[in-house]
Amino acid sequence: MARCLARARFIIGAWVVLLALAIALPASAQRNPDGSVNPTASAVKEQQLLDALQSGGSISGRVSIPDQKSANLIHPAGRDWRQFHEVTLRWIGAIAVLGMLIILVAFYLIRGQVKLESGYSGRRIVRFNAFERFVHWMTATCFIILALSGLNITFGKPLLMPLLGEGAFAAWAQWAKYAHNYLSFPFAIGVFCVLLMWIGGNIPNKVDVEWLKRGGGIVGHDHPPAYRFNAGQKMIYWIVVIGGTAVAISGYLLMFPFYATGIEGMQLAQTVHAIIAVLFVAAMLGHIYIGTIGMEGAFEAMGEGTVDVNWAKEHHALWLEQEMARTGPNESQRQPMATPAE
Amino acid sequence: MARMKFLCDADRCIECNACVTACKNENEVPWGINRRRVVTINDGKPGERSISMACMHCTDAPCAAVCPVNCFYTTADAVVLHSKDLCIGCGYCFYACPFGAPQYPKVGNFGSRGKMDKCTYCAGGPEADNTQAEYAKYGTNRLAEGKLPLCAEMCSTKSLLAGDGDIIAQIYKERVTRRGYGSGAWGWQTAYRETIAT
Repeated sequence: MARCLARARFIIGAWVVLLALAIALPASAQRNPDGSVNPTASAVKEQQLLDALQSGGSISGRVSIPDQKSANLIHPAGRDWRQFHEVTLRWIGAIAVLGMLIILVAFYLIRGQVKLESGYSGRRIVRFNAFERFVHWMTATCFIILALSGLNITFGKPLLMPLLGEGAFAAWAQWAKYAHNYLSFPFAIGVFCVLLMWIGGNIPNKVDVEWLKRGGGIVGHDHPPAYRFNAGQKMIYWIVVIGGTAVAISGYLLMFPFYATGIEGMQLAQTVHAIIAVLFVAAMLGHIYIGTIGMEGAFEAMGEGTVDVNWAKEHHALWLEQEMARTGPNESQRQPMATPAE
Repeated sequence: MARMKFLCDADRCIECNACVTACKNENEVPWGINRRRVVTINDGKPGERSISMACMHCTDAPCAAVCPVNCFYTTADAVVLHSKDLCIGCGYCFYACPFGAPQYPKVGNFGSRGKMDKCTYCAGGPEADNTQAEYAKYGTNRLAEGKLPLCAEMCSTKSLLAGDGDIIAQIYKERVTRRGYGSGAWGWQTAYRETIAT
């Protein structure tokens, strides 16, 4: 009897398993209505993958060739980068560079040159030594060439190519690219030297707040006191150091493709590089203006390395006091002009 | 004129990589560059699919739009070609391309980019058709000989189709109707802003 029960249980159990399989099977085989197998029922579909894509992501798989970066199949984010490069960047660049130029021209016409009010005394004081001037001009020369060759990549096609023609423009752009790549090295070294050389005088302090409150004497004839570098110069310093570091890092990511980033990283690096670069150019236009035609007696500081004592008194009174205290009045008058004023 | 396109029927592709090899051989593609490659999606999982991908010769091609020296041009057959004489190797077409088609031989300093190389649809470049100069820079100009790209011509399962977009779309539609399934024309939405309804 017990044996009979066990057998019945076995038979019922077998039927239950069979029934369960019979129900489950058609679902797992995924057949078409006519009974044929549909191999795409579980297949990947492009639209699903595109819909699931995060912004900046790509549909990728596996490739059997050694070039593993070719495993990216579709990468739609290039469209956004194209929009940035062809439209957004041109607007940002044009507004930044032309805007700054317009401001400077207007400022020059309205305010005019900042004159040396007490006139030249004829006594000179050393402001930048030979090494400082060398570093400045190395960085500056590189910057100008980098700026022009960089702007050429963005604005050359609409502005310069119609004038030069395709062939000549491509040849120039090729040399500009070489220059851009090579001169990035002395530029980066220059920025690093600037960082080390002048960081001592460029830490913001209370004097800067006062200087900024009085508008730096840019408008009117005020002369707020300053140490070696006033708040405006400190701003330029930090723009050079931070902006220069940012363009250098983002630039090297582009120059050495795939060493550190994939394609999304390079698109981002190009975006950062271009935006910072055009703002950098705009800031440097302001720097060039105030260092040349904008202020009487300013260029000499970086030209010959010395400034007139009256210039120092007007623009960097606290620095002059420090220098006088350090070297004594006779020391600072060590370099008489060819025709002494006295 | 025809509007030339590629179409990879992923349900037929067996990932044999013959298209990759044929392209490299036919066009003497530089070392380290593959104008065409086969990508396997969901490799080893149920429903994996392999797709042979190269330059799709996009409508309103993004590479051409971003090129700072305008070295790209579109032929009467809607094939997107470029001039290696004008190319400066800046890499911008690569940033913009949705298919990773532009590649650069590492000939420059610091291993940086040389003149860009990509699939020409076996249609050469701006030089006169089937000259030695054209062959050396871009590979064979099969289109000028009345032939289609070799990758598609020799595909053993006829998965990769090349030819006029309307005709290959029609062939694909008929296949899908007959066999009852199809995973779609990969890349068409991105390249041509249209897809084949199946």
